[in-house]
Amino acid sequence: MEAPVQNVKSVRRSKEDKKLLKRQIKASHILLKHDGITTASQPTQCVVVCNGGLGNGVSRELLMAVLTEGGAVESLLMPPNKPYSFATFASLQESQSAHTLCNGRVLECNGHHITLYCSYVLPVDRGECESVSLPPGLCVLEDFVSPEEESRLLQAVDWTSHNDDVTAQRELKHRRVKHYGYEFRYDNNNVDKDKPLPNGLPLVCDALLQRCVCDGHISVLPDQLTVNEYESGQGIPPHVDTHSAFEDTILSLSLGAKTVMDFRHPDGRSVAVVLPPRSLLVMKGESRYLWTHGITPRKFDVVPASTAERSWVVNFNPSDLTLNQRGTRTSFTFRKIRYTPCDCAYPSVCDSQRPPSPPRVPVARSDACQLEERYVHRVYEEISAHFSSTRHAPWPRVRDFLLSLPNDAIMADIGCGNGKYLGINPQVFSLGCDRSVNLVSICAERGFHAVVCDALSVPLRSSAFDAVISIAVIHHFSTQERRLAAVTELVRLLKVGGRALIYVWAMEQEYKNQKSKYLKTNKNMENQENMENMEPKTSKENTERRNDLDETESEASVRQVHAGNASSNPADAEEDCGKETSPRLSVHTNRTAFVSQDLLVPWHLKGEVKASPGAVFHRFYHVFQRGELEDLCVSVSGLEVQQSYYDQGNWCVVLRKTHQQ
Amino acid sequence: MKLLTHNMLTSHVKGVTKGYPLLIKATEVKVNEIEFNPQFVSRMIPKLEWSALIQAAEGLGYLQELPSTPVSNYENDEDFLRKVHRVLLEVEVIEGALQCPESGREFPISRGVPNMLLNEDES
Repeated sequence: MEAPVQNVKSVRRSKEDKKLLKRQIKASHILLKHDGITTASQPTQCVVVCNGGLGNGVSRELLMAVLTEGGAVESLLMPPNKPYSFATFASLQESQSAHTLCNGRVLECNGHHITLYCSYVLPVDRGECESVSLPPGLCVLEDFVSPEEESRLLQAVDWTSHNDDVTAQRELKHRRVKHYGYEFRYDNNNVDKDKPLPNGLPLVCDALLQRCVCDGHISVLPDQLTVNEYESGQGIPPHVDTHSAFEDTILSLSLGAKTVMDFRHPDGRSVAVVLPPRSLLVMKGESRYLWTHGITPRKFDVVPASTAERSWVVNFNPSDLTLNQRGTRTSFTFRKIRYTPCDCAYPSVCDSQRPPSPPRVPVARSDACQLEERYVHRVYEEISAHFSSTRHAPWPRVRDFLLSLPNDAIMADIGCGNGKYLGINPQVFSLGCDRSVNLVSICAERGFHAVVCDALSVPLRSSAFDAVISIAVIHHFSTQERRLAAVTELVRLLKVGGRALIYVWAMEQEYKNQKSKYLKTNKNMENQENMENMEPKTSKENTERRNDLDETESEASVRQVHAGNASSNPADAEEDCGKETSPRLSVHTNRTAFVSQDLLVPWHLKGEVKASPGAVFHRFYHVFQRGELEDLCVSVSGLEVQQSYYDQGNWCVVLRKTHQQ
Repeated sequence: MKLLTHNMLTSHVKGVTKGYPLLIKATEVKVNEIEFNPQFVSRMIPKLEWSALIQAAEGLGYLQELPSTPVSNYENDEDFLRKVHRVLLEVEVIEGALQCPESGREFPISRGVPNMLLNEDES
């Protein structure tokens, strides 16, 4: 039966023809409506095959077999999760032939009947797809065990025995699981470290674990094994293996069927990784600590059609995608129990480094004072030596401001830290103030004029100063009222006509499509000078983080599939419900975008102090949104905002005192 | 604490209206010679509360016969500028306290650093 598409009006159609045409037109309307794809009224070399897509279960191989009946297919684009595909043919003749053969064709696939509807489209842009790489610290080792070893391992797991003295076996909702060495508890996502299971790990694992040691993937043999059996359609919610429970490297051996595991970064990036049968997944560093991993419960995975690249990352290139039907996969996850608190570089997802119960955003003045005392003042005292031990260059625009002052100026730096701005312009008299006794002592040792005081109550004469600066200070005040008081106090010190420069950390670490140095800084960046142009307190911390990262990543690590709770923030959910209170402060992960304005930013002590594991301090920050600093300043009387700008992740203003307050 | 700094300091105790100048109660004073910069000293003189400087210098025993008002044409009076240089920048209180003249509240000076922090109920 011919299915005429041209001059349709003139052709007399059977009832079936009409029905087919109606459906074909409907399909093309759906294409236009949902995906903006316009079908062509005249034949072209490119045919869109509605219902012939990965999204409705049609594999590349099946569709290709049908299309090639019409002619040579030059390219077949199968966008992931879409119910259509685009086939391009070498000639019009071939595309017309394929159109005729496939329009209305019923495919049988996995027990379903699917009717294809075809239309012509203008040649489709192949759409170069961005290539994705594996999360840092992750690798997939193909054919790590032989088929013989695979069956020995699978036979060693006795699912029929429920001898809890030796192993611990659980029927979970979505899969079954067995533990060796130690039982992993899904109620608290941890292990009872003082309750080892009697028989340890099965002997049959010895050879492959020794191989992992020899190959340098691990340095210490694991002492915990979790075996998970996933049937087709089963999965595991995204999770990070509890930091405090296990050491860095996690090994996961995949036996049986191929599956796809999804890795997700907290910033939203996700990477789908193919786990071939008999492969070993090694998770360490960032991929083990920061990225969640999980298996979406489904029966088919979208995977690359060619295995030539061997990268194991699903790049979602529509010209190279097909479906893989899942079978039963058994994973052996090997982990090493951790006995000291985790001191990884990812405190926002680290249960060892999380303050047991982060404080709430303060409302009352007394709460604000307490919060700042514990999470600002005390921290700067404790980290002052380390804080000051790294010399850092002044920010260029702060230096420019100081150098622009007249020679007879007197300047006060309210929140002077170790005095980095007190010596910039030796022609003027510079007086520093800081809340930290230790930091002011450093100023004094360097020969600078400095006193210890609070920025809300500065013991300096009113209207005596030609200039004041407040660099990276006001973001440490925890209520709007106190931030306002800090600006008011700065202006009090100024003579009429005097100017104030204020810098605060910005919520927007990406501005005008430029990432701030704070975000751009990464562990591979070795240029300390560049880093030191950033917010001083932060830049140092970045340097720290970098070093910590390098340390962890020099170890080996692998991954494991454990179970249960998808949350990477296991703390405090239950206690918060029901009460009407301000939210708890979140703990920031360095070098990532801010997720809230009020947060705790970790500081890792470095050097010899590091001997105490987990020496992490949290400083409170209120990061400012665009316009917020300006709004704050204009609500203070007697001043004008002369300049307002963004400088490397900070919001900045220059104020001029116009009259007495 | 140098006397140039002292000249800028005032009591900030809640309710105090006459908190200036702070009284110096020194237990250890040092004189550190530093390079004489006549232009800098000349520029600072109009910014000073002169009587407070005189009072502080006298209290520490470093008045050096400085007059109760700056001499006229001091820019060219090297002898005068050297004396001012000494009291502003070379005399340093290492240990002791600063006292609010109105409330009597004392603030410690330790290793040359005045600690002007108030308790919560004082600010």
